[in-house]
Amino acid sequence: MSNRVVNILVPVISVILGLLVGAIVMLVSGYDPIAGYSALWNGIFGDTYAIGETIRQITPYLLAGLSVAFAFRTGLFNIGVEGQLLVGWFAAAYVGIAFDLPMYIHLPFAIIAAALAGAAWAFIPGLLKAKLQVHEVIVTIMMNYIALHTTNALIKIVSDGGDNTGTINASASLKSAFFESITDYSRLHYGIFIALAMVLLMWFILDKTTTGYELKAVGFNKHASEYAGMNVNKNIILSMVISGAFAGLAGAMEALGTFQYANVKGGFTGIGFDGIAVALLGANTPLGVIFGAVLFGSLKYGALNMPNEAGIPVEIVSIVIAIIIFFVACGYVIRYFLEKATKKKEAK
Amino acid sequence: MSFLDVLYFIVPSAIFYAAPLIFTAIGGVFSERSGVINIGLEGLMVMGAFIGILFNLMFVDTFGAMTPWVALIAAMVVSGIFSVMHAVASISFRADQTISGVAINMLGVAIALFSVKMIYGKGQTDYIQERFIRFDIPLLSEIPVIGPMFFKDVYGTSILAVGVAIMAWFVIYKTPFGLRLRAVGEHPMAADTMGVNVTKMRYIAVILSGMLAGIGGAAYSQSISGEFSHTTINGQGFMALAAMIFGKWHPLGALGAALFFGFAQALSIIGGQIPYVKEVPTYFLHILPYALTILAVAGFIGKAYAPKASGIPYIKGKR
Repeated sequence: MSNRVVNILVPVISVILGLLVGAIVMLVSGYDPIAGYSALWNGIFGDTYAIGETIRQITPYLLAGLSVAFAFRTGLFNIGVEGQLLVGWFAAAYVGIAFDLPMYIHLPFAIIAAALAGAAWAFIPGLLKAKLQVHEVIVTIMMNYIALHTTNALIKIVSDGGDNTGTINASASLKSAFFESITDYSRLHYGIFIALAMVLLMWFILDKTTTGYELKAVGFNKHASEYAGMNVNKNIILSMVISGAFAGLAGAMEALGTFQYANVKGGFTGIGFDGIAVALLGANTPLGVIFGAVLFGSLKYGALNMPNEAGIPVEIVSIVIAIIIFFVACGYVIRYFLEKATKKKEAK
Repeated sequence: MSFLDVLYFIVPSAIFYAAPLIFTAIGGVFSERSGVINIGLEGLMVMGAFIGILFNLMFVDTFGAMTPWVALIAAMVVSGIFSVMHAVASISFRADQTISGVAINMLGVAIALFSVKMIYGKGQTDYIQERFIRFDIPLLSEIPVIGPMFFKDVYGTSILAVGVAIMAWFVIYKTPFGLRLRAVGEHPMAADTMGVNVTKMRYIAVILSGMLAGIGGAAYSQSISGEFSHTTINGQGFMALAAMIFGKWHPLGALGAALFFGFAQALSIIGGQIPYVKEVPTYFLHILPYALTILAVAGFIGKAYAPKASGIPYIKGKR
């Protein structure tokens, strides 16, 4: 079996195994898996509203997935997407409220502010990694919590002690009257185009530019890149900054599209961590991220229908997603069995 | 309030908030010392907190006042079993340990909440009747100054936590087992050549970390929250991870760091009642542990080195 086929088979098998485990969990806990999965299906495709909301959910997942995947390609594990998303969310909402500008200036301004905020948040771990060889996983985890408390404190300041910034000005909104009309007033917004454009941008940077070549080279072999004359430190920081910008944009989707405000949070949104799953399933490629985001975004949104229609707690989908990550991470074993299976066939 | 009164007030609550962190951070020390990164501490702690509450609610009639302690053991066992998943993935299946840890975190929360909704039909459990209780240690609590600070109104879990930390130091630094554990984490091939079973050592270490994180979670839920919901364990596991790093992968260092983080947590919660402290915005107390950890790993507070082989699966015969 060629390497290419195996690379596609591993995530596919993982998804199937994940769904199987989910079914077993439902069976063991006394629920009906068929009713459960059909409720999930209806939650995703049931009517135009559900489809609209599913695509809405996929939007930040695309960007969070890109963020994780981009850093991965340079050999960095950005587990701080969650924090970068939160600062991006706040920055976009703040610009959306504090300024009153024509739309063609205001909207790009708010979006860029979010990207910059996310990039700045990711710059710190990038800098520490490049200059002091501090492991980025530890720093980004800590930065997540600092982001959570910082944005909460800032929202309280902006709203004079309240816990909601209030709705952003219409001139910074991604809301789409057209999408509303065709999807029965779902919250689907124009952000999906931004997310898809970013997928294209990631492909372009990685595959068509010298910078992208260097970033990937550093990911493959730091030392070889250095001997070849590349500036490894610069590439590490650049990779984190671009990754953070993607994460910040994911925050902008929530601020300018879905919610139209920023509010004080008791915990994380989970989008950043699910972004790890998206990137992993998509093998850190732009096209793969689309598949990953569509799958996990759909599962996440569709699951909301499961308690109503089948009486099954929504967390079953989180179990399925975690199991899928687990199997993809254990790709070595799946590869091993696939190779064994093909060898047997060849021997016959 | 005099300065001494403030200390009498704040030190016991600092220790109270630190105890769950100590257990979990020590668990982290075991795992990372053997060369396996365990980001999954949060998920293991969630599992422990959930099992602790569930067991407490179900068996309170059988065990009476001893229930929290028995529940602690139940949580230890279940989280230990749960951590086998991380061990299998990262040791035998050569998975990326950080990713496996992320999966454990997601799975821990998901399984716990799924079960809560299945059993109780709502997002949180009932409140437990039997919690860990405070008591005064006879004689010791009579000592002036130190007595009221450390030995009055203490929780059994706090004493146990400090005991576990000291025991961990002894095991890791003074026994053959500890020497092997450290060897496996620093240079697994050398250890293997000397006849140490790397795989076995790592399995033991990861399962130990799961058991201790389970105790930490159950100690938290049965002394601080009193029930289980999605917000019960909210970053405690990551804070324990931070404590382990801030303590430079040393059990006593982790103990000190956990106590300090417990102090910061206590200040952020009860600081409003203390003069001067209430002038400090709680925001700074909230981010203190995380900011300090970044400074620590960046080398501003003495350089912290992770065990050399941590994060790398050991493959026999591969240089």
